[in-house]
Amino acid sequence: MAEVALLDVSKSFGAVDAVRGLSLSVAHGEFVVLLGPTGAGKTTTLRLIAGLERPDQGDVVIQGRVVTKEIPAERDVAFVFQQYSLYPHLTVYDNLAFPLRSPARRTDEKTIRRRVQQISELLHIESKLGNRATALSGGEMQRVAIGRALVREPAVYLMDEPLSSLDAKLRAELRLELKRIQRELGTTILYVTHDQIEAMTMADRIGVMSEGALIQLGTPREIYERPNSAYVAGRLGTPVINLIPAELLGNTLPPRVRTVGLRTEHIRISPADGPGPRAQVHWVEHLGDQNHVHLKLSTHSLVTLADPGQPLRAGDQVSLEFESPLYFDQAGNRLGTDELRGHA
Amino acid sequence: MAEIKLETVAKTFGTFTAVKGVDFTVDHGSFFVILGPSGCGKTTTLRMMAGLELPTSGRILLDGEDVTALPASARDIAFVFQLFALYPHMNVRQNIAFPLRCQNYPRAEIRRSVEETARLLRIDHLLDRRVGGLSGGDRQRVALGRAIVRRPKAFLMDEPLGALDSEFRRLMCGELRELHDRIDATTVYITHDQLEAMAMADRITIMNQGRVEQIGTPQEIYDRPASMFVADFIGSPPMSFLSVQATLQRGDRSIKVDGARVEMPQLFEDRAEGSFALGVRPENVSFADASSLRGRVIGAEYLGTTQIVTVTTANGQIKARLPSGNTVRVGETVGLALRPDKLSLFDAISGLALPSALYAGDRDG
Repeated sequence: MAEVALLDVSKSFGAVDAVRGLSLSVAHGEFVVLLGPTGAGKTTTLRLIAGLERPDQGDVVIQGRVVTKEIPAERDVAFVFQQYSLYPHLTVYDNLAFPLRSPARRTDEKTIRRRVQQISELLHIESKLGNRATALSGGEMQRVAIGRALVREPAVYLMDEPLSSLDAKLRAELRLELKRIQRELGTTILYVTHDQIEAMTMADRIGVMSEGALIQLGTPREIYERPNSAYVAGRLGTPVINLIPAELLGNTLPPRVRTVGLRTEHIRISPADGPGPRAQVHWVEHLGDQNHVHLKLSTHSLVTLADPGQPLRAGDQVSLEFESPLYFDQAGNRLGTDELRGHA
Repeated sequence: MAEIKLETVAKTFGTFTAVKGVDFTVDHGSFFVILGPSGCGKTTTLRMMAGLELPTSGRILLDGEDVTALPASARDIAFVFQLFALYPHMNVRQNIAFPLRCQNYPRAEIRRSVEETARLLRIDHLLDRRVGGLSGGDRQRVALGRAIVRRPKAFLMDEPLGALDSEFRRLMCGELRELHDRIDATTVYITHDQLEAMAMADRITIMNQGRVEQIGTPQEIYDRPASMFVADFIGSPPMSFLSVQATLQRGDRSIKVDGARVEMPQLFEDRAEGSFALGVRPENVSFADASSLRGRVIGAEYLGTTQIVTVTTANGQIKARLPSGNTVRVGETVGLALRPDKLSLFDAISGLALPSALYAGDRDG
């Protein structure tokens, strides 16, 4: 059963359509990540579910109940914000217990103790329970902030870039932990980010958003391997997918193809006398674990990963071979194998 | 263009020593990145180079001239801060012209410089637009334009891209580096983001607790980290370490890890029995059924082209970067093969790398 569903929800602020006709459902125990650039409508979507905004149109359903008109406290959700705000005068224990002591919930102290203990173990902060919140490192503080949402057992957790204020190393650690915790507890999470790595590594399903609309929803592998459009293809993958005008690649392409999408795994670099289109190595960028080769294919630039066993130098002439690249039509929609076959 | 040289520069605030005697030279026209976690002293170092802080000891030379005690205004250096502020009531042209107008440049020269700068940044079509209506990227370009319009001897940049979202940051990294190549200005750039550093720098200095840990090209630092701190700070995910107890002899080409013999670059030093850490980068780990170095898969992170697989062994956790096509099951036990010529060995107590054939290898990677 869907824990949370949005049914054709729209929300505008003045002349800006923040969310446009969005329908989405998140299943019980599912981790869904909304991915998109700043301004795509991700945060507004979370706020609509939490009840912090009212939709202009459409309904919000939580555990089968239409909650569109309910205030936030009546909805069974917990929100984790980008900037963690802990009570600085309280201990970690009291910070974690706080949501359970709210008069609206009235949990007895014994249950609170059990719950706080359980969550702190899960988050590996059990040794810090007696510390003041201000005596923690940034990563520990954010763990407490997440813990404060987890002590409750709402229908859904709404998380708005909870890791973005942390440094890269900590972010990578908490990413793994959050996923582990979600799996262990079987919680339902709707998570918002502009970081494709977070989306790919944590999500059961990713929803790619742009300008208030949901462009594609699917597993990370589906989104990566079978993007429905050039826009979605450009959201995932490092280096970013190369979108090459079809006319540069000769006339052997299927009809209707206007743009060819080439990721690293679609490109093989061969010696210049190979049959494929000719290109020139512009420069090789050493990024440590990956070396990016920047190529010039007539007027177009291409970036791909260098095979460490293949020494390439700036100025080298090469030929390119492509293996099952992605094809897009005039409108930027991807042409699936059926469409390509039908028109071949 | 300028060469900037720091000679045992230190800075103390009260009882706290922020910078503990730093030495390095930024070459003419190079892109030099100071990388480190927050609190490592990188911003203080940059502020001393700019003349915004006075060193407690040491000297700073700009093109051979001692500028240690000169104020910022006498150094001909432009400082670009993290949060760029544009004057909202002025248009793009006026914003870029501002530093020149402050110094009473002739009107014709201002006009010429502003237009040239705008062309360089490809915002010449926006010169008469208000800054309020510009996209984030164009605003950033205007801010850069304001910094470069006076053509100072050097640019000092304090995390100028820190506030941007990741996708846009990547784009601006490319633009900054390209701009640098076009105007050839000495640039010192500080960041805590290793990807920015790797993508842009000619040379990187890694700082930790007020000291320089290592200086080198991105590739040197990545392939031959001088310490466990550097190995762990660079790379995403960073280097994995296996802890080993061993007695080492000069000429050793392998080390025993929990009964398994692991080949490594030839060692150049004798060491008494002690604790060591064998360091391996994720792309140099593969699965090999026959290997006696075994571990259990505890997680796999899908990244599109590749996946990061985490394996626990008796000696520590190892991360492997494998093609996403490989099927990996969580919970299964696997054999691990480590690429012999790419392994580093560290003294687990001091954290420093032991000299070996890898570290003696050719220096330009």
